[in-house]
This record gives sequence, structure tokens and C-alpha cells, in this order.
Amino acid sequence: MPVIMLARAAASLPGGSLVTVITTDPAARLDVPAWARMRGHAVVDDRPAPSRPDEVRITVRLSGNG
Amino acid sequence: MTRATPAPRVFLDAAGHAPVHPQARAVLLEAVDQGWADPRRLHAEGRRARMLLDGARESIAAHLGSRPAELRFAGSHVTALHTAVRGVTRGRHRLGRDVVASAVERAALLHAARFTTTDGDAPGTTALIPVDRTGRVAVDQFVARLGAGGVALAALQHANGEVGTLQPVPEVHAAARQAGVPLLVDAGSSVGHVPVSDAWDLLAADAGDWGAPVGLGLLAVRPRVRWAPDWPEDDDPWFPGGVSVPAALAAAAALDLARSDLSVEDAHRRALVSRIRTEVPIRVPDVQVMGPDDARLPHVVTFSCLYVDGEALVTELDRAGFAVGSGSACTSSALEPSHVLAAMGALTHGNIRITVPRGTEAAQVERFLEVLPAAVATVRSALGVEGL
Repeated sequence: MPVIMLARAAASLPGGSLVTVITTDPAARLDVPAWARMRGHAVVDDRPAPSRPDEVRITVRLSGNG
Repeated sequence: MTRATPAPRVFLDAAGHAPVHPQARAVLLEAVDQGWADPRRLHAEGRRARMLLDGARESIAAHLGSRPAELRFAGSHVTALHTAVRGVTRGRHRLGRDVVASAVERAALLHAARFTTTDGDAPGTTALIPVDRTGRVAVDQFVARLGAGGVALAALQHANGEVGTLQPVPEVHAAARQAGVPLLVDAGSSVGHVPVSDAWDLLAADAGDWGAPVGLGLLAVRPRVRWAPDWPEDDDPWFPGGVSVPAALAAAAALDLARSDLSVEDAHRRALVSRIRTEVPIRVPDVQVMGPDDARLPHVVTFSCLYVDGEALVTELDRAGFAVGSGSACTSSALEPSHVLAAMGALTHGNIRITVPRGTEAAQVERFLEVLPAAVATVRSALGVEGL
């Protein structure tokens, strides 16, 4: 699940880091923002690359000052 | 010699397929003996079937707040919804081409809307009105879209069957009347559980949801609604081929039973659901419980568990003796997650949907609450997500 890979990446990064998820799993478009809300992180971008409209590409800024 | 007896099954997935009430089963068997003939024939056997069918129609119509002549029997709830959308959009195509619906309508209704609005030489659009985080439709946006014109049909469910949210049907119906647009109300998850108002132009209901044997849908249509079939003509113009008389009689009996203890079952099941809504977030870490605390169906509750595969959790609970539903991708025979959870902005993975059948005991729900934390932990441990 993309949200699990994202959480693993986030666990080793300082607060304030930007993490981008790129996936073809349509559920990630909903689950990544929901995860960010539950964990207090902020979604700063949610747009697929123009050449890859089927892709989900979401960037999250991790909470805390690091 | 002793042998461990397996724990009895607990069925908590009654949406559209509630356990059949024993008295409804008895009526079905009796009706097979008495009402097997074709109700359209003129002989004594046919007339007896006709009389039984008319009795079932009168009884169900009274519960739905419709006149018997307004009520049609369909082969299924899905057929009732498809036919309502197709018939009304065809009949009103000179007045409007678009369908306006909440984003959380049943998939069958949304599929029918897209089917009709993309068909033909002058296609329309299906306008989906968003919902808030509790699943309640945005009334002002619904009203604004109705006022913009070009609408053939509006659709708003009485209650959402996945989350339990009651929708503001009277407000939307008033606006639809003012705009001269018929409102189709899908009451498939609510009839037999909560009272239904008469704020509708077309009303669809699902007998399997209130404890009748499956295989019967209902569609009530006010005489003022303009419609035209896009299918061949038949003695039954709405649902060609007619309906099973025994199924109709069993549905009438089951609805009588459901209505006779409605308030008792409402209080009882509301307490069980309230217990689940309170206890699950206490006992299981990282859970989202969905839907409003009030203004909801008494017997439906949905929650999502972070870092959990919904399919694996349904399987784990099944192994422990509990049948539950899910709106997660891959668990509902769909690759995409539930459009209802998506529209609410809710967590879509690790989703469990509980629909409590009437007669469920408090001890059964307590056992579920005892088993759930270990089931979630097992699935999480397989994914190695502890501490994330």
C-alpha cells in the first residue's frame, strides 16, 4: 500500500521534510490526504504530471520542526 | 471425550440481504402453494394469484405512503433504480437531458445515470453534488443545480447504506418541485428501519433489506411523473414479465413484521451501533469512525483502520466467526475503493462496514469488540507497520 511506504519513509525523516508519493493505485489519492490529516502532516501538492494523467502524485510536508 | 465447539457465527452484513424472518419464510412457502398461477389469467387459479398479489401491493403501499396503483414490483432493487432512471430521462428528454444526484448514491443509480446521459444523439451530463465529511449532501449546491435548468431527473437517497447518514430529502424535494423536476428517492437502505416521509416523486425500496427473501425490488411512481419506456411494451409497462407472487407476499409479511417492532428495534440497534462507534476507537489505534453521531440509520456503522488491508481484515474476522462488509478496493468486487468513502474524503483502506440485522444480541456485539483488536493487530503485523 502506498500509504505504508510513505509512512516508512516519513519515519526516518525530520519534521518539515517534503515527501512525494508517485503511484498508479487510485486509492492513494484519497488515503494519503486522510493519513496526513490523522498524523498532522500537510498535503502541499496533488497533481499528476501532465504526461502521466493516470498517475497519482502527492507531496506531503511532514509536521514538526525537525 | 470432549470436543471444542466452534463459536456460532455472527452475521453483521445485512445490507440488502438480511437474514430471512422465519414468518416471512413460512408465508413464502404457503404462497407457493396458493399463488403459483399467472395472475394475468382469468381462471380461478389465476384470479387467486391476482388477489394475493393485490393484497401484497396494498399492504406494502400503505407502509410506503403510496397508493396501491402507484406501486410496481421489480425483480431487484438494481432493476428498480435502472428502470426509474431510464424511464424518466426518456420521458422528459424534451424538458431536460441532465441527471442531478448526490455523489454518494448507490452505484446502480449512478451507472444508470451515466448510461442514459451519455446515450443517444443529444447526450446530457450527470451532475454529482458533493457531500461533507459525514456524507450529507450540500443542499445549497443541489438546489442551485436544479435551478440552473435542463434537468430531466434528480436523485437523492433517503439514507446512505454504507455509512448510515440520513439525507435532507424534504429540503431537496421542495426545491425539485419548484424547479418542476421529479425527485427519485432511493430508500433501499431505510425502509423497514426508519419511517419514510412522502417527500418523493419516485421511491425505490429493497425487500431483501428488510428481511424478505431476495428477488424483489419496489418502485412507487406518482401519477404526475412523465415517463416513457425505452424497452418493449408489456402488460406490466414498467417491469416486463411481471413478478413472483410468492416473493411479493413474503415481502409484504416481512415488512409488516419489521414495522410492528420498528421502534423497539430502532432503540436496540441504535444502542449497539453507538457502542461500536464509541468502543472501536478506544480499543483499536488509528481508526476513523465515519458518519454523523445523530441523523443516521439505527443499524449501519462504518470505520477504517490505518495501514490495514480491508480484504485481509474481512477474512480474518470471518475466520473468527464474524461476517462483515467492506468498502475497500478488492473487497467489494471492485478495483476502485468505495465512491462513498472517496466523496467523504475518508480513509478508504482497511474499511469495515457493519449492518446489524434485527434481533442481534448485545453479547454478540461485545464478542465482536473483543475479537476486533487482535484481528486488526494480526493484519498489521503481517504488513510490518507497528510503530508507523
